[in-house]
Amino acid sequence: MKEITKETYINWYKDMLFWRKFEDKLAAVYIQQKVRGFLHLYNGQEAILAGCLHVMELGGKDKMITAYRNHVQPIGMGVDPKRVMAELYGKSTGTSHGMGGSMHIFSKEHGFYGGHGIVGGQIPLGAGMAFGDKYHNTGGVTICCFGDGAARQGSLHETFNMAMLWKLPVVFIVENNGYAMGTSVERTANHQDIWKLGLGYEMPCGPVDAMNPIKVAEAMDEAMERARRGDGPTFLEMKTYRYRGHSMSDAQHYRTKEEVEEYKKIDPITQVLDIIKEEKYLTDEEIKQIDKDVKNKVAECEKFAEESPYPDKQQLYDMVYEQENYPFVKHK
Amino acid sequence: MKTIQFREAICEAMSEEMRMDESIYLIGEEVAEYNGAYKASKGMLDEFGEKRVIDAPIAELGFGGIAVGSTMTGNRPIVEYMTFNFALVGIDQIINNAAKIRQMSGGQFPCPIVFRGPTASAGQLGATHSQAFENWFANTPGLKVVVPSNPYDAKGLLKAAIRDNDPVIFMESEQMYGDKGEVPEGEYIIPLGVADIKRKGTDVTVVSFGKIIKEAYKAAEILEKEGISIEIIDLRTVRPMDTKAIIESVKKTNRLVILEEAWPFGSVATEIAYRVQEQAFDYLDAPIQRINTADTPAAYSPVLMEEWLPNAQDVIEAVKATLYVK
Ligand SMILES: Cc1ncc(C[n+]2csc(CCOP(=O)(O)OP(=O)(O)O)c2C)c(N)n1
Ligand SMILES: [Mg+2]
Repeated sequence: MKEITKETYINWYKDMLFWRKFEDKLAAVYIQQKVRGFLHLYNGQEAILAGCLHVMELGGKDKMITAYRNHVQPIGMGVDPKRVMAELYGKSTGTSHGMGGSMHIFSKEHGFYGGHGIVGGQIPLGAGMAFGDKYHNTGGVTICCFGDGAARQGSLHETFNMAMLWKLPVVFIVENNGYAMGTSVERTANHQDIWKLGLGYEMPCGPVDAMNPIKVAEAMDEAMERARRGDGPTFLEMKTYRYRGHSMSDAQHYRTKEEVEEYKKIDPITQVLDIIKEEKYLTDEEIKQIDKDVKNKVAECEKFAEESPYPDKQQLYDMVYEQENYPFVKHK
Repeated sequence: MKTIQFREAICEAMSEEMRMDESIYLIGEEVAEYNGAYKASKGMLDEFGEKRVIDAPIAELGFGGIAVGSTMTGNRPIVEYMTFNFALVGIDQIINNAAKIRQMSGGQFPCPIVFRGPTASAGQLGATHSQAFENWFANTPGLKVVVPSNPYDAKGLLKAAIRDNDPVIFMESEQMYGDKGEVPEGEYIIPLGVADIKRKGTDVTVVSFGKIIKEAYKAAEILEKEGISIEIIDLRTVRPMDTKAIIESVKKTNRLVILEEAWPFGSVATEIAYRVQEQAFDYLDAPIQRINTADTPAAYSPVLMEEWLPNAQDVIEAVKATLYVK
């Protein structure tokens, strides 16, 4: 594995803090009704992305696909956060020119393949991307993420079987944050350890402490190498937690405030910051400067999104088909 | 009469029927402990217990199919989909099993089941969360399709749907759950397959169903001030369709506008237009107008959503087109 150095820790701190503050800003502008629809935030789960990025070959070779909790992954993979923010505002400068919105961020160029709203729908897609990479011998590996709730969909079981049968270069990640909307993991199955679903397919599998980016990076490195060698998929259960509600209209009666606080004690950003302080990688002044820079960068994103224009109405018809001048049916 | 919300109408209908018939149960995502994603089953877990109000994992194919299977051994399930967009994950069980098992078995296995949940758009939810499949289901022999537009209709129709011995698709809207309306204190049933004239009028007939009918109400107020009187027919049940009610109105007004929140190609509007030209051709004084959502997936941006969705202004223009006035 690529060594975890001083720079890694500093970058992890900068990145994770930015993702956290970016999501906080989205929550704020959502309340002001500048961002609409559903809004699913990643707060608490950042170590998964940080750990993955450490072992990915970015620039389009390795790929990631996930569900609707998808704003910060593309940013981590190199997409301009301004464009992500603009997408959530429904502006023409957004990653999908305002067509997709909060649940559907895409950037092919950066290897980020969405942004999917039907629970479990991206699981076969992720294996399909790996199928294409294997077919074309690109050496790329797909990281296919989904939630604990999605693990109950039939799509997972069909896909696991074929991915294993055909030894596809894919790493399946279940981000077990404890809940699918208001339903806790123990209420959806007779077993607790989701990773064990891999056993039935003889897929290499296991649990990971996903509040810690180092642990994530280590587990992911092994899985990515396995895929690159041609030995097929791995299934990792990332044990994580979401601090915020499922989306913005969640009263969260299904859990206690104390439970949330317990997890905040092992917050991934704090864990990394503690190491930075212990090892004296940064001075207090430098840390303060990072916090300030992050705040400014988020403000720039907001400004950019605010000031960007809405798309033209005609755009509704411009992106449905590749075919030019497609004869749409008149609707009014 | 008492005033209740649409979500309460749904809840009352299910609860009243469940009190009377032990074989009915409710199953779906978040229906029990969370009281329903849109609180349409509030209090039902407390009243009926976890044997009859069942939280399912996110597995629409599985729990939909389990519900269909349980009809074969004596249950009358109500299946809630968080929205009908997600029913697509399990649509095989609806189309290939629920709709066919009675006929294929030579009548041995009636399938008394209700599949219910919200349909159509609900704000800026993007392409996969804004779809209306009334016509898909209505295209399928063996199913009935009900789409109420207010709390009174919702309660009476849902009770009829639960009592019906055939599979019924019952479609609601996230944007209607908070709507308030009057319902009788006592029990009442609204039979399936009967349309309702929501507003009497003389100049143009407007046929609609579901929440989008509210755009016709708005248009009617504005048109009235201009001296144009429209008659608004609420289909309430899409399949079987109350063709007679539409034809009678068209024979009186000689003009027809159809307002539907769904894509235009092969839509419910298309079916209505076919029936009207077949049965009332000589009564029509103008081509039939239809208003649908744009022939594209929904897009997120508010400006695109505005273009995509039908609104009152579209109704006004269509009505005027049938009257040849500007
Ligand atoms: C097929 C389908 N069913 C239901 C939903 C509604 N829904 C959206 S998110 C969600 C919960 C998913 O939980 P999980 O997979 O654990 O992901 P998390 O939100 O925790 O990241 C549900 C039920 C959906 N979008 N698609
Ligand atoms: Mg979850």
